[in-house]
Amino acid sequence: MSDHPVAHTPGQVAHETHHEPQGFLRKYVFSTNHKVIGIQFLFSGLLWMLIGGLLAMLVRHKLAWPEGHIPVLGDALFKGNQGVMDDASYNMFFTMHASVMIFLVIIPTLVGAFGNYLIPLQIGARDMAFPTLNMISYWMMWPAYACFIASFLVEGGAATGGWTAYPPISVLEGQGQLGQTLWAAGVICVGWSSVMGAINYITTIIKLRAPGMTFFRMPLAVWSLFVTAILTLLATPVLASAMICLILERVVGTSFFMTANVFVGGTELAHSGGMPLLWQHMFWFYSHPAVYIMILPAMGMVSDIISTFARKPLFGYRPMVYSLCAIAGLGFVVWGHHMFQSGMNPYLGMTFMISTTMIALPSAVKVFNWLGTLWGGQIRFTAAMLNAVAFVGMFIIGGLSGVFMASTPVDVQLHDTYFIVAHLHYVLFGGSMFGIFAGIYMWYPKMFGRCMNERLGRWHFGGTFIFFNITFFTMHYIGLMGMQRRIGVPSNFELLKPLQPWQILMTVSAFCLFLFQILFIINFFRSFKHGEKAGDNPWESNSLEWACSSPPWHENFEVIPTVYRGPYEYASPEVEEDYLPQSRDTKQEPAS
Amino acid sequence: MSDTGSAHAAQRESFGATPGKIGMWLFLASDAMGFMGLIIAYMVLRIASPVWIPEQWQPDGALAIGLTAVMTFILICSSMTMVLALAAVRRDDQKGLVRYLGLTLLGGLTFLGLQVYEWTHLIHSGFTAPSSNYAATFFSLTGFHGAHVTSGVIYLLILFPSILKGKFSSTNHSPIELYGLFWHFVDLVWIILFTIIYLI
Repeated sequence: MSDHPVAHTPGQVAHETHHEPQGFLRKYVFSTNHKVIGIQFLFSGLLWMLIGGLLAMLVRHKLAWPEGHIPVLGDALFKGNQGVMDDASYNMFFTMHASVMIFLVIIPTLVGAFGNYLIPLQIGARDMAFPTLNMISYWMMWPAYACFIASFLVEGGAATGGWTAYPPISVLEGQGQLGQTLWAAGVICVGWSSVMGAINYITTIIKLRAPGMTFFRMPLAVWSLFVTAILTLLATPVLASAMICLILERVVGTSFFMTANVFVGGTELAHSGGMPLLWQHMFWFYSHPAVYIMILPAMGMVSDIISTFARKPLFGYRPMVYSLCAIAGLGFVVWGHHMFQSGMNPYLGMTFMISTTMIALPSAVKVFNWLGTLWGGQIRFTAAMLNAVAFVGMFIIGGLSGVFMASTPVDVQLHDTYFIVAHLHYVLFGGSMFGIFAGIYMWYPKMFGRCMNERLGRWHFGGTFIFFNITFFTMHYIGLMGMQRRIGVPSNFELLKPLQPWQILMTVSAFCLFLFQILFIINFFRSFKHGEKAGDNPWESNSLEWACSSPPWHENFEVIPTVYRGPYEYASPEVEEDYLPQSRDTKQEPAS
Repeated sequence: MSDTGSAHAAQRESFGATPGKIGMWLFLASDAMGFMGLIIAYMVLRIASPVWIPEQWQPDGALAIGLTAVMTFILICSSMTMVLALAAVRRDDQKGLVRYLGLTLLGGLTFLGLQVYEWTHLIHSGFTAPSSNYAATFFSLTGFHGAHVTSGVIYLLILFPSILKGKFSSTNHSPIELYGLFWHFVDLVWIILFTIIYLI
């Protein structure tokens, strides 16, 4: 709907335009085009989502039926054990489930796929500021994939130390074997990819906005990716330095994290002088901001989606931006709330408790503004909108349980129980994952030129929503009853035996949750060919990407558009239609 | 927000720097955080340990300040020649550019050579990473920095063919300028490391 694009002066597109490359390899594999790279990130992310999901199913099977024969995969995976999962494999699977989902699915999909695809389109640029760096940032993921896959194949198998890899477990488990070391190397590669992406996003947003696209006219998706990129830029290298120390610890035998007087099998280890808490500080200095890296882009996209389908301007645009910044800023000073139980100085714990509780404020501002946007809107319940609204609801539950464990005295009770597992899945699945689904339903027509099937989309949403809640809400309850996380055979403990029926319920529900994703896969691939033709602007939305064709041409815009207003002008009295695209110049139109 | 607004607003806001410069500064900020992680690990371990320098290396420590002072001097000189190289290209002095960047490269290589010598010497005398955290933090910090010097040398070698062909001039020298930013950063980090590892 590029009604009245205004010719730009040459100075306003300072970066060079390049011709569409010919040949399959340059065009689809080693492409420097942001749209292709975004879609590459999306496909790899979805593939790993399937692998991460399968790992979760294996974990759930063990929890419900510790001695049960695993159907289909059991005979292949656990030949020596009559198809029953052994405890070491259980540790490996939950560790790799979390690592895959965090490092290979949520971060690369939310930031890599949507960041790459949306930023240039939504700010009116032809590509990223550094297209080649962008390509390298995608291909840096492949060494990570290789490390993660190889870690399953080496002797001793993949990492078993939990995704947090706390020493001494991460140092001593599989000593002399490669699994955990490959894990650390893989995480460094992901970090490298993220930092290159972050440099690109920030520079692109600062330099390549179309004429008239001021910072406060940017869609919230762009704002959230901008803020996320700053978090990634400053937090990730600290994780890399921790990983370097961990690799040295395992390979060379240093003592950054290992204390003296550690005995294994009666012999004293040679380590001395290290501090296990040092790892926890370095790890969480990255990994708490990483929690926001995993939710802020979803918040941004959901804001766009809710405003579009409520047919109303976003309620409180500027407070939304400020609260994004506040969440990110506070996110840097709260990491210690993961360590209340670690023996850290209690006074330090108190400051972390206060800063953590304060995050509830900007988060509540966001929730109220989403509700304010929905209030009195003419809501269109598309699959994208359903997922976006579910995001808000699930984020409220996940956010509120977060306030519980932010408080030290409560956390002392809840730490390392299923209450925490419930909380993190409510923000990571209920939040990030529903955000990803919403984003895919929303921008699939732009990416591939055809809409996804709405009916299948609704069925997928309904099933996912119901079984997600049965699986994870139950965890709050058994967590409060004392169910510890990360133990493979809870029924070994007298206290936990009565809770076994709940474990079976959660496992059955998780299986259903997994099965419902098949609808999504079918929908995703079927719609390439058989989806309804989308047209340029299927959702009657305002931001600049809908002014391009679907899918957009190699350089996005025929002429760089001029932006006249913010992205949320729905139901504007200025025009007849209930939407007013950012690039439409109403002053140039003849009065009707 | 529904005013038509000036088309120049975005330009006005976009900071007076090239994308390359913004990108390099962002990278340096990120890289600085990486060094921060290792430096803080070093400081925490050192403050918490009752005896930092093991008995074997008492009282003066294992690290030779004399040699490292020379290394530091060489690295600072290479930063100096980097400044002169940028000044040369800004006044279209191709010969000066090649000469000063050649000296910068030489400085980097000499630094690396001396570091390899120092490491070998230390390891042979029993100063190995597992032996103490005094040694482990030394190797992690100087190793991470050495990796940066190595990348700097490779980065400059990649630029060199274009430099010799005379591709850079007073109107087109941003790759030289960006390289300068990186090289000065590596130099600055070394001065901090030299201070905290060797002097304090």
